[in-house]
Amino acid sequence: MTPGHGPEPDASTLRAARRRLLFDMLGIVASAAGFGVVFGLTARANGFSPIEAMASSVIVFAGASQFLAAGMVGAGFGWAAIVILTGLVNARHLLYAAALGPWLRDRSRGERALMAHVLTDESFALSLVHFRRLGFADRRGYWLAAIGGVFIPWNLATLAGVLGGQVVPDPRLLGLDIVFPAAMAGLAVGLATARREVAAGVAGVGIAIVVGLASDPRAGVLAGGFLGPVVGLLVPRRDPKVPEVDELPADPASFSVPNRSDDGLAP
Amino acid sequence: MNIGLVGLALLMFAVTYPARAIPLLAPAFERLPPRALEYLRLVGPAVLGAIAASQVLVATGAGGRPVLHVGIEAVAVLACAALVAWRRNLFLGLLVAIVAAAAARALGIG
Repeated sequence: MTPGHGPEPDASTLRAARRRLLFDMLGIVASAAGFGVVFGLTARANGFSPIEAMASSVIVFAGASQFLAAGMVGAGFGWAAIVILTGLVNARHLLYAAALGPWLRDRSRGERALMAHVLTDESFALSLVHFRRLGFADRRGYWLAAIGGVFIPWNLATLAGVLGGQVVPDPRLLGLDIVFPAAMAGLAVGLATARREVAAGVAGVGIAIVVGLASDPRAGVLAGGFLGPVVGLLVPRRDPKVPEVDELPADPASFSVPNRSDDGLAP
Repeated sequence: MNIGLVGLALLMFAVTYPARAIPLLAPAFERLPPRALEYLRLVGPAVLGAIAASQVLVATGAGGRPVLHVGIEAVAVLACAALVAWRRNLFLGLLVAIVAAAAARALGIG
């Protein structure tokens, strides 16, 4: 089955998958809200007005590069350096879009163009798990994850931070800084449903650490993301006659096949 | 109220949006061979694992050099991953990771 081209699941399967998506989103919403407030505070501390901070969150909508830009503006860097670094930091989105492309190719160009703007680490992870769980590209699930899970919390929290964030406690004290890496690790585990995925994930981790220590953590992420799948491709399938996860039908019964299609992350 | 940095946001958008949009909109990406699709299927676990590892295991040391750091953050993330693998429950994993990190820091061991 080609990604995104499976039969549309029945209404009850779709509802169940969306409930699981909502459950998976809870931690992401908390993380986006916590760090949105911190971004608002950081932006204000570095001379951004509320309009400028909100413009960054709405127009750029890429947390790491927004923090980078706020710090660099405060330190007096020129715009050219900030823009170049932003391009490098956000280059990883190319991988996300390429991975989601086959799922979303039936959507109109206009809708895909809008979907692209809200494609982040979190929306990629949530929607890919959701699509694979269903064997179907559920466009409402994508919008739910991207807008409800990230865009709205991030922007409302930015506004709260830039207008009056001093009353909000430090997210580190509440352990909220753990949510983002923990969610990424948990979602990676959820996607690692066969030998090749496990190999790609483990290789991605190892390469990211080695390259990150040798140069820069962001370079490590890119290297792990690009080279990890190459390592995964070198691993033979367990049994070529057995379909891979994405080739399984979107049948609720198939979700109970141990270690094959059960990438569900909720109870 | 200043609005000068809105221009910077637009320039940052101009270098961010193409990476997000080109693979979704370019026709070449709609006719990928099976091997390329298989590669893309493996990008998810690889890049998400890479992000998690680089966030908690690579820190900035003296002089701005990256250094290996194994602290409560790595333990908490590992606990979350283990719980997800065992119970298939991301929310439970995140909850345990948050509580572990907050408690360790409150006790001064984070």
